[in-house]
Amino acid sequence: MQGPLIDTLARQGVTRRTFLKYCATLASMMALPPSAGRAMAEAMAAARRPSVIWLPFQECTGCTESITRSHSPTLEGMIFDMISLDYQVTIMAAAGHQAEEALRNAMLENDGKYLLVVDGSIPMGDPGYGTHGGHSFVDHLQQAAKGAAAIIAVGTCASYGGIPKANPNPTGAVSVSDIIKDKPIVNIPGCPPIPVVMTGVLAHYLTFGSLPELDAKGRPKAFFGETIHDRCYRRPFYDQGKFAKTFDDEGARRGWCLFELGCKGPVTYNACATVKWNGGTSWPVESGHGCLGCSEPDFWDAGGFYKALSVPADPLKLAAAAAVVGAGAGVAVSFANRAKKGAAKKAHQPITLADLEK
Amino acid sequence: MSASLDKVTQTLKEVIDAPIASYFDSCVHCGLCAEACLFYTETGDPKYTPIHKVEPLRRVYEQEYTLLGRLMKMVGLSKPITDEELGEWQELVYDSCTLCGRCSMVCPVGNDIVYMVRKFREGMAVSGHVPDGIRGATKRTVEIGGPMGLKWPAVANVLRKAEEATGVTIPVDKEGADYLVLLSSMEIVNYPEYIEALAKIFHKAGISFTLASDAFEATNAGIQIGASDLAKVIVTRIVDAAERLKVKYVLSPECGHAYMAIRWEGPNLIGRPFGFKVVHVLELLDQLRQEGVLKMKGMFKDPLILHDPCQIVRRGGVLQAPEALIRQVAENYIPIADQQKWNWCCGGGGGASAIHTEEAEALRAKAFGVKKRQIEEAGVGTMVTFCANCRITIEEALDHYEMNTKLLGLTELLAEHLED
Amino acid sequence: MNDLQFLTWVRGTGLDIAVGIFLLGVLWRLIEIYTLGRKKDLAAPRHAAGASGLHTVFRRSLPPPGMLKRSPVSYIGGYIFHIGLAVIVFLGAPHILLITNLTGLSWPGLPTQFIDLVTVVTMAAMVVMLVDRINKPVKRFLSTFEDWFTWAVTFLPVLTGWLAVQHLLLPYTTMLALHILSAEILLVVLPFTKLFHAFTLFGSRWYNGSANARKGVPV
Repeated sequence: MQGPLIDTLARQGVTRRTFLKYCATLASMMALPPSAGRAMAEAMAAARRPSVIWLPFQECTGCTESITRSHSPTLEGMIFDMISLDYQVTIMAAAGHQAEEALRNAMLENDGKYLLVVDGSIPMGDPGYGTHGGHSFVDHLQQAAKGAAAIIAVGTCASYGGIPKANPNPTGAVSVSDIIKDKPIVNIPGCPPIPVVMTGVLAHYLTFGSLPELDAKGRPKAFFGETIHDRCYRRPFYDQGKFAKTFDDEGARRGWCLFELGCKGPVTYNACATVKWNGGTSWPVESGHGCLGCSEPDFWDAGGFYKALSVPADPLKLAAAAAVVGAGAGVAVSFANRAKKGAAKKAHQPITLADLEK
Repeated sequence: MSASLDKVTQTLKEVIDAPIASYFDSCVHCGLCAEACLFYTETGDPKYTPIHKVEPLRRVYEQEYTLLGRLMKMVGLSKPITDEELGEWQELVYDSCTLCGRCSMVCPVGNDIVYMVRKFREGMAVSGHVPDGIRGATKRTVEIGGPMGLKWPAVANVLRKAEEATGVTIPVDKEGADYLVLLSSMEIVNYPEYIEALAKIFHKAGISFTLASDAFEATNAGIQIGASDLAKVIVTRIVDAAERLKVKYVLSPECGHAYMAIRWEGPNLIGRPFGFKVVHVLELLDQLRQEGVLKMKGMFKDPLILHDPCQIVRRGGVLQAPEALIRQVAENYIPIADQQKWNWCCGGGGGASAIHTEEAEALRAKAFGVKKRQIEEAGVGTMVTFCANCRITIEEALDHYEMNTKLLGLTELLAEHLED
Repeated sequence: MNDLQFLTWVRGTGLDIAVGIFLLGVLWRLIEIYTLGRKKDLAAPRHAAGASGLHTVFRRSLPPPGMLKRSPVSYIGGYIFHIGLAVIVFLGAPHILLITNLTGLSWPGLPTQFIDLVTVVTMAAMVVMLVDRINKPVKRFLSTFEDWFTWAVTFLPVLTGWLAVQHLLLPYTTMLALHILSAEILLVVLPFTKLFHAFTLFGSRWYNGSANARKGVPV
């Protein structure tokens, strides 16, 4: 274990001033009071790096890529250094029994204190769908969760099952929170998730010793409090009723709203529109494509990426049959009615004066 | 289900048709029909809302002719109509509905509520829940020949007197005449001047006409009570006489529902179109006016307003003639706001005037409130109308309110000012 | 079921079922009603009925003389909420998109802010109409469960749509799903309640207009 974070940063050429500024930005992003920035900086600067165990399950490594492989060295990347990543099969040098040994050691040494990061969903259909060292993913998760102080589910797969869970969910994929019920869990959904969210959660944990405030879906409210649509720079076009109809029409070139092209911004809670990607370079809608809603549960099965939210998610299958049945029922009733009326007319007996008496 | 109740549903099943179904399914309970009904506007009692008056008919329609209604009836969610209920509805269907048709004009979804009430009366008639007055009138018309029990000798007597007064012969049972003239008992008894006026006008215009000794009565209480079979018996007399005498036209008297009965219901009652034309007396007079035959002398000076009888104007389609004619003789004719097809009923149409229970008479007097206001607002001392039934009703009401408004018949007024 | 799944269900299966029941119900009821037939009118018409039925279909949308004064709430409130509903349904961009998707027809919509305003006005008119139904003796007298129920079923899609757009009460996704669900409930109950007047009104006005035209009375 190395010394406090500030020393590491200093060795990498990050000044105290830069670091303070970064912490202040982070605090504001998380809707914390300005004083929290300083507190954060002080806490992180002095923090002993907590042990982190990172378990990958049914995943594509996109989440790891997102967080570790920034195009240029970023503060996020450096902050990554503030943890002691004791186990991460994708990037650790050790393999096989050595790696398993490292995992066991980390769990023993930091029992009750380590953070467990999970990416990928857990297959419940058959334990054989995913194993490490002869143990199923679910066993791994349950073992590792036991001694964890908290769990961070990174990416939509770990948070909600993600793409592996997409219909028909062949592996019976579930999320971390479907299995672990007795530990605090933070979901950082996204496919992949925004790196700064990860940093923010870690910073919060280091500063306050607790997880940030979460919403009903277990996401940090600070980053997932608003929809893409509400923060979208193209929103004025929506309000004016100006929509791109195809990806290469005049509207698309003018940067009009992508709602009609299937943008899921209105129902997607994430910070892409404000934080952007790749160091603030751009983000999907800015690049001309509608939001896929990747940070929402079951986004893969939400009726197609290119179908507007207000159109049927599936083609109507019953309409024609229903119309036929309805017409059939109508004709049947009408035959019955005509027969009934005919019978009543046939049975008609002329009304006499006597009938008018009670 | 009692035998009579069974007959009610059977009858209603016969008369319920696509318009009835469409009307019931269109009603949104907006209550605007109430605002068009004088029995509601003058009493403020919501039970007089026109569409409510056919509520039992709605239930029969739903229970007999809609799939959902049948299911609801099967599981007991929709209760069958009861005899007691029909008893309660008698007042709503007869006393407080004059078939005036104002509601049918305002209904925003287009429901012809009078059409519905008329059909519902078919069921009410066989239930026996009918006012004694209309039952008696129907009985007398079928058995004796007219609602007031008038027989031909009495009519002949009146005709003789008219001949004496005018010096014009009034032919009876004359084959090949152009016009078969019908009368209403009320005119014969209460307003014999009508007959004199008519004789003078025909004579002046040189039109041949006749009366039929076996078909002088134009009114049809069978329609008012809602018994089409009996109405058919009554109307058949006229058709037979008209065909026997080979007339070209049958002249309906002023009486509103007589016109409706022979002009609009007649062919449907006997099940075939007429070979002759039915003409309302005002239509004929207006035609004569246009031909220049009807020349007037001297004008009626007092300011007056017109009361348009519902069945002739709104439900009968004689829209322009009355005003055109009154302008011939009245110097101070004052058009009122709700006139012609928007007129307010006198309160005694549809058979209501034949109901002589205390409640019905009190209700009628109350309903006259709207007419009373019209007279008072116009500030006139004279009102002219062209329906014997309206005249009776209005005169009763004028008495009731001790108003000294003068009430005149249009045809007589014209006859009085006819150039000799 | 989470909110997005809920939304996807109402956009998929739910819509399929609702449109199915709607079509089934509309066809069934229209046939049930209009095949009951009617007797030919044998009385010689004063005028041929011609297009009078059609005239009445339009003309009956205007208040007859004196009626506006007698029942201003019914007319003004009725106009506002019917026109409001039509504007929202047929000129709101997401709604046009749905219609386009289902029918292939397309036309330009109105700005969101304008639709928002219309929505608020429509809701206000509907509330006034409800209060009028409670307060006016005739309306209260005529009202059955169905009247209150159909009011709610018509009001809810407007309310939930507005709440969703305004981000009130519930997260947008859930509210949008509720909005679509409430519109589906409206579709399902429409053929079987007085809301069916949306269809039969044309038939009723037609019958009334042509029958009166035969008598020579324009109505």
